[in-house]
Amino acid sequence: MSPQAADVPATPPRALGGTRSRHVSERVIEGVLLACAVLGVVTTISIALVLIIESSGFFADVSVWEFLFGTRWAPLIEPRSFGVLPLVCGTFLIVVGSALVAVPIGLASGIYLSEYATPKTRGIVKPTLEILAGIPTIVYGYFALTFITPLIQAVFPSTLVYNAASAAIVVGIMILPMVATICDDAIRAVPASLRHAGHALGSTKLEVTAQVVVPAALSGVIAAFVLAISRAIGETMAVSIAAGNSAKLTLNPLTSIQTMTAYIVQVGLGDAPAGTVEYKTIFAVGVLLFAITLVMNFIANRVLLRFRNRYE
Amino acid sequence: MTVSTTPPTSTGVTERQDSASTEKAAPILEARQVSLAYGDNEVVHSVDLTIPERNITAIIGPSGCGKSTLLRAFNRMNDFIPEFRSEGQILYRGDDLYASDIDPVEVRLRIGMVFQKPNPFPKSITKNVSWSPKLNGYKGDIDELVETSLQKAALWDEVKDRLQDSALGLSGGQQQRLCIARALAMEPEVILMDEPCSALDPASTARIEDLLYELRKRYTIVIVTHNMQQAARVSDHTAFFENGNLIEYGETDQVFTRPNQKRTEDYVSGRFG
Amino acid sequence: MSWTLKTQGGLARRRRKEKLFRVLCASLTWTAIVLLAVLLFHICRTGIGWLDWQFLTSFPSYDPKDAGLKAALFGTIWLIAMTAAISIPVGVAAAVWLEEYAGDGRFARFLALNIQNLAGVPSIVYGILGLAVFVRALRFGQSLLAGSLTMSLLILPVIIIAAREAIRAVPPSIRQAAFALGATRWQTTRHHVLPSALPGILTGVILAISRAIGETAPLIMVGAVAYVAFVPQGPTDSFSCLPIQIYNWTERPQAAFHELAAAGIIVLLVALLAMNAIAVWIRHRFSKEPR
Repeated sequence: MSPQAADVPATPPRALGGTRSRHVSERVIEGVLLACAVLGVVTTISIALVLIIESSGFFADVSVWEFLFGTRWAPLIEPRSFGVLPLVCGTFLIVVGSALVAVPIGLASGIYLSEYATPKTRGIVKPTLEILAGIPTIVYGYFALTFITPLIQAVFPSTLVYNAASAAIVVGIMILPMVATICDDAIRAVPASLRHAGHALGSTKLEVTAQVVVPAALSGVIAAFVLAISRAIGETMAVSIAAGNSAKLTLNPLTSIQTMTAYIVQVGLGDAPAGTVEYKTIFAVGVLLFAITLVMNFIANRVLLRFRNRYE
Repeated sequence: MTVSTTPPTSTGVTERQDSASTEKAAPILEARQVSLAYGDNEVVHSVDLTIPERNITAIIGPSGCGKSTLLRAFNRMNDFIPEFRSEGQILYRGDDLYASDIDPVEVRLRIGMVFQKPNPFPKSITKNVSWSPKLNGYKGDIDELVETSLQKAALWDEVKDRLQDSALGLSGGQQQRLCIARALAMEPEVILMDEPCSALDPASTARIEDLLYELRKRYTIVIVTHNMQQAARVSDHTAFFENGNLIEYGETDQVFTRPNQKRTEDYVSGRFG
Repeated sequence: MSWTLKTQGGLARRRRKEKLFRVLCASLTWTAIVLLAVLLFHICRTGIGWLDWQFLTSFPSYDPKDAGLKAALFGTIWLIAMTAAISIPVGVAAAVWLEEYAGDGRFARFLALNIQNLAGVPSIVYGILGLAVFVRALRFGQSLLAGSLTMSLLILPVIIIAAREAIRAVPPSIRQAAFALGATRWQTTRHHVLPSALPGILTGVILAISRAIGETAPLIMVGAVAYVAFVPQGPTDSFSCLPIQIYNWTERPQAAFHELAAAGIIVLLVALLAMNAIAVWIRHRFSKEPR
C-alpha cells in the first residue's frame, strides 16, 4: 500500500482542551432561554400573589365564612352583603346546563368519529368542530341574546330577556368540541387488540364500544368532561351578555342570574378606584374562581397523563 | 517512507509523516480499564484496547454486547444520555478525553462519526458538507472543500451536477456516503463508524467497503459491525466483544484463522451470535 | 332443524339496538354541524346589510347610520402586533429551553406543569392580573402597553405548548449528526432544529394569535374602552378593539346596533378564517417534505 503523493495529506494533530469564546456565548444564550421559560412560573406566582394579597384586604373586612356561605350578594347596595353563594349558584346553573348540551353531543361525536365515521365524514366533522371551538365567546354571546333567547321565549313565554338557559346552551356548544376531541383521542388510544377480543367473542359493535372500549377509555373521557366544565366555569362574555347581571340564589333557568365571571366584568366595566370595597371584591371572587379552575384542571390533566401513559 | 509538506489548512500547518498501513502504527486512541454503565446497568467491563493510527480496527460481537456504547465513548456522544457513567481512561494522543477541562465539542472536531442509519440534514448536498466547516470558521475555498470531500467519499461523480438538490433525494447508499463526506470535510483524524452498512443493500455496502480501504491511508477508522465477513474483508485489527468484555484483540488475520480464545473461535465460525 | 348463520332471535334485537345507537350518535354529531350552520347563517343574515366601506372606515357614533369600525380595527391591529412581538420570541425561547436544554429533571417537569396549568386558567383571571399589575402597580394605565402585555401572558402557554410539539417532532438523528460534527447545542438548535420545526411553530403561533384576536374579557379589565374616536398613535395610548366594539353594540337596546354588532362579527370571523386558512396552508405545504 504505497502512499500516493497526489493525496492531500491529513490535518496535523491538534492539542485538545483550551477555552473558546463559544463557551461564553453558549452560556449567555442558555441563560436567556431559561429566563423565558421561567416566565411561566413567574406568571403563576404573580397571579397567585396578586389574588391573595389583594383579596386579603377584602377578607380583613369580611369574614371568610360570610363570604363563602352567605346567600346574598349585594356589595354595592345598602344594606351590603357579601355572600358569594348566588354567584356560585349562577355559575353552577350555567355549568349544569352546558354539560347537558355538551356531554351527550360531545361524547356521541367522539364515539362517532372514532368508531363509525368514514374518512370523508371525518373530513367534515373534524373541521366543523375546530371552527366551533375557534369562534370567540363574544360571538356566542351575541348568538344567545339574539337568536336562542327569542326561541326559548317562543316556547316558554315567561322567560326573561336575560336568562340562564340561553347562556348555558351556547356555552355548551362552545365546549362540546373539546369534549368530542378528547373523547375521540381517548377512544382511539384504546388498542385494537381489546376490540378484537370483544369482537372475537361474538359481540355487536355497540356492545364492544359501550362495554369494552368506552370503559377502557373512561378516564380519558372523564378528564374531557372535567376540562370542559372547567372551561364553562371560566366562561365570561357569553354569560355576561346573555344571562344578565342579577345575582340571585335560584335554580330557575328562565330567569336572569349572575356568574362569578360576569360579576368581575361588571366591576371591570365600572372602573372602580383602587382601595374601594368594589375593587377588592374583584379579587375575592377572582381568587375563588382561580382556585376552583386550578384544582379541576390539575386533576383532569393528571388523569389524562396517566391515561396516556397506560396506552402508549 | 515519504515526508510531505502540507498546504495550509484552515487550522494551521505542520508536517506529517505518511505511514504505510502495514508498518507497526502508533496508537492514536487508547482505552484503559474502561467500564461504561447506564445507571446501574454496566454494559462494558474493564476494557483495555488500543486503536492504532491509520488502520482500520473492527469491533465485532453479538448484538447488545456494548460495542456501540464503547464506540460512542470515543467521541463523547454518550454524554447525551443522562444516566451514562464511565470509569477508566480514554486517551487520545495521550490526553484523557473525559478530563474535566476537555470540551466535548473539541473532541468531536477531531473524532468524527458515521451512524447506522444515514442521517443527512434536510438541506442541499452542498450545505450538508459545508455547514460544519463554515461554522468553525473555515477560511479557504468552501466549494473546493465540498468537492474534495465528496471525491474522497466516492460520491462526487454522482452528484456533481446536482449539488443544490436536497440530500433527501439520494438513495440510501448515496446518503451514507454523503454522511461520510460530511464527516471528512471536518478533517478529523479518527472516524468512528457504527454499523454503517447495516441499513444498506449489498451493492452499496460493497462500494462503502472499497471506500474504507482508500480512506485508511489517511484516517484512522474504528468500525463496529456484526457482519463478520465485512470485518474480515476490511479491517487490519479486530476486537471481539461478548457481554461487555473484550475477549480477544489482534490482527484480523490471526483473530479469524488462529484465534487464541475458544469463545472467539466459536463466534467466528458461526457457532453462536 | 335448519341451521343458519343469518341473524336470528336474540341477536336480531341486539342488532336493532346497535343500529339505533349508530343513528343516535350520527344525529347528535350532525346536530353540532347544524348548529354551526344556523349560527353562521343567522349572523350573516343580520349583519351583511351593514357591511360596506363606510362601515369599515368610520368611528363609532350614537347614530347607527354613522357608526363604524375604524377605531376598533386599528386598535386590534396595534394590539395584535404588539402582543405578537412580545409573546412569540419569549414563547419560542421558552419552548427551546424546555425541549433542548432542560433534560428530564424535576425542575423541567415543574415548569412544564406550570405552563400546562396556565393554559387552563380562565382568560378573565389574566385580566385581573393585568389590571392589578400593569394598569395599577406599574402605572401603565389603560394603554395598549398594558393590554398587549396582558394578552401576551394569556397566549404564552399556548405558544409554548405548540412550539414544544413542533420541536419535539424533529428527529433526534438530525441532532446527533450535528453534534457528531462538533456543533454546540445552540448551533445545532439554530441551524437544524428550529428551521425544521418552523412550520409547526408558525401554525401554533397563528392559532394562538387568532385566539387573542377574539378575546374580550381581559381587555375589559385593563380598560379597553368602546368609545374612542381616534386611532392609536403609540403604545401608551388608550385603545379600542374589535371584540370590545362588538360587545358595546350588543349591549345597546336598539336593534340597529345589534345589526351593527353582527356586521362587526362578520369582519372578526373573516379575519379569523383568513388566519386559520393560512395556518392550514402552512401545515399542508410543509408536511410534504422534499423526498
